[in-house]
Amino acid sequence: MSRSEILLRCREITHRWGGLVAVDRVSLELERGSVHAVIGTNGAGKSTLIDILSGEIVSAAGRVELLGQDVTGWSQPRRASAGLGRSYQRTTIYPSFTVLENCRLAAQARAQKPWAWWRDAQRCKASIAEARNAAQRAGLEELLDRYAGLLSHGQKRQLEIALCLATKPRVLLLDEPLAGMGAEETERMLNLLGELKADHAILLVEHDMDAVFRIADRITVMVNGAVIASDTPQAVRANPEVQLAYLGCD
Amino acid sequence: MDRSGALFAVLAFLALAAVPAVAGSFGVDLVTKIMIYAIFALSLELLAGSTGLVCFGQAAFFGIGAYATVLLSPRHGPPSLVWMLPASVLCAAAYALIVGALSLRTKGAYFIMVTLAFAQMAYYVVHDTPLGGGTDGIYLATKPVLGPWLDLNKPLAFLGFTLGCQAAVFVFLALLLRSRFGRALAGIRVNEQRMRASGFSTYPYKLAAFVISGAIAGLAGFLFAVKDGFVTPELLSWHLSAAVLVMVILGGLGHLRGALIGAFAFALLQEFFQSEAIFGAFARHWHLGLGLTVIACVALLPHGLVQVPGQLRERLLGRAQRSATEMRNEPL
Repeated sequence: MSRSEILLRCREITHRWGGLVAVDRVSLELERGSVHAVIGTNGAGKSTLIDILSGEIVSAAGRVELLGQDVTGWSQPRRASAGLGRSYQRTTIYPSFTVLENCRLAAQARAQKPWAWWRDAQRCKASIAEARNAAQRAGLEELLDRYAGLLSHGQKRQLEIALCLATKPRVLLLDEPLAGMGAEETERMLNLLGELKADHAILLVEHDMDAVFRIADRITVMVNGAVIASDTPQAVRANPEVQLAYLGCD
Repeated sequence: MDRSGALFAVLAFLALAAVPAVAGSFGVDLVTKIMIYAIFALSLELLAGSTGLVCFGQAAFFGIGAYATVLLSPRHGPPSLVWMLPASVLCAAAYALIVGALSLRTKGAYFIMVTLAFAQMAYYVVHDTPLGGGTDGIYLATKPVLGPWLDLNKPLAFLGFTLGCQAAVFVFLALLLRSRFGRALAGIRVNEQRMRASGFSTYPYKLAAFVISGAIAGLAGFLFAVKDGFVTPELLSWHLSAAVLVMVILGGLGHLRGALIGAFAFALLQEFFQSEAIFGAFARHWHLGLGLTVIACVALLPHGLVQVPGQLRERLLGRAQRSATEMRNEPL
C-alpha cells in the first residue's frame, strides 16, 4: 500500500479528562478503500478518539494528518471542509427539516460562497443535486419530502450518513452507526458501508462484533484509552490479550 | 414563509395603512408606537426565533439607536433623514458588533447573562453620566426631514414612514431567512453541532445575525426617538428587553408574523389593563393583569398566537394527524 493512499493518520494522540487518561498515545492510519474498526468496552476512549480526529476536542498531545496535511490545530469545520465527515453515537440531524433540506444544508457547507449568501437556498441547483445524490446513495430517495423527525430510527441513521456524504468527504468517522438497528436495517447499513468503502477511508466504532468482523479490514482494540491490539480481523480474533479483555474466551 | 403567512402579512399591512381613515389622533399615535415595537420585536425574532440566540439585552441596541438620534441631531435646523437614519442604525450595529463578538463565545444561560450585562452597562452609562442627560433624558432638538417631501413632524407622515420601515424590515427578513445565509441560521438553531460537523464555522454566521438584529433594533430606536421627541435611560433597561422577549414568545417564536402579532397583542393588552375607564383604580396594577394573561396565553398556546389557526385546524382534523402537524408547526 503506497503512502499516498493513507488519507488520515494520527500519532501518539493523548487526551485526559481531569486525572483520567481517556486516550493514551493512540496512533492509527486510515487507508482509502478500507474499513478500520475501533472496538472496546464502554469508556475505552473510542468516541473521544473520534472527537479528537474530527476536531471537536483538542487533544493534549499528538498529531493528526488529513490527506497529508497537518490538521492538528484546525477547527472542526475546517477539517470537515477539507474532507472529513463524521456521524455521532446519538443521531444528529435536523428533525424539523425535510430529508432533502437536511442534505441540501450539508451540501451547502461544502460549497460556501460568501458572495452568494443572499441567494434563495431553494434555487441553488448544485446543492440540491448534491443533496439528492447523497440521499439516494444512503437509500433515502423515496423519503426526500418527509420531515426527518418522522423517520424510523434506522432511516435517521441512514440520513446521518447521507449528511456526511453530501459534504463529499474523503474520510468517514462513524460512531456506532448500527446502534439500535434491527436485523434488516443493519444489513442495509452494512451494504451501504460496503459501497462507500471503495471511495473513502472509513473509521468505524461499533459494538456489534458480528458486523465489525464481517466488514472491517483492520481492527484496533482499545482498553482504558490505550491500544492493546491493531491487526487484521483474524489476527485480532486470535489475540489472547483481546480475548481476555474484550471478546471473551468462548 | 408559506402562502398563508404572506397573505397574512399583506392583509395586515393593508389594514395598518387604513388606520388613519378610521382612527383619531390617539389611534394613529398608538398604532405608530406599536409598529415601532413590532420592528423591535422583528429584530429579536431574527436572533431568538430564527437563530436560537435568546438575547436578553436587546433594549441596549434600541436605546443606543434612540440616543444616537438625539445626540447626533444638530441644535439648529432639522437634520436630513438621509444621514440621520443610517448614522443611528450604524451606532446600534457597532455596539451589537462589540457585544456579539464577546457574548457569542458563550452559550445558553451564560449568553443570556452576558447580553444582559452589556445592556445594563449601556444603561448605566446614559443613566449615571451627563452624556445622556442622566435620569431625565434628553429632548430631540428638531425632527429629521427628507427635503420638502417628508416632514416627520406630521403624525400621518410619520405613521406612513414607520409603516414603510416595518414593511421593509419584514420583507428583508423574509428574504434573508429564505437565503443560504438564513438557512444556515436555521440549521444553527436546530443543531449547531451538526452544522459544525458539516463544515460550517458557525461563529461568523451568528455574529452577522447579531449585528443585523442590532441594526434593526437601532432603526426601531431611531423611530421611537423621532416619534416621542425625547429619550430616557429606560429605553435601555432590562424591562424593555424582557418586554420585547415576551412579545416574540407571545406571538410565536420562529415566525416573522408572530413577532408582529406579539407586538400588537402585548401593546394592546397593556393599553387594555391600563385603562382606568375599565378597571378604575385597579388600573394602577396593570402589570398583574398583563402578566396573568401572558402566562395563560403561553400555557394554552405553547406555539404562540400565530398557531391559533393551526391548532383549530388540528382539532378539526383529529388526533390522527397530530404528530405530522406538530412537525410542520416547528419553525423551519
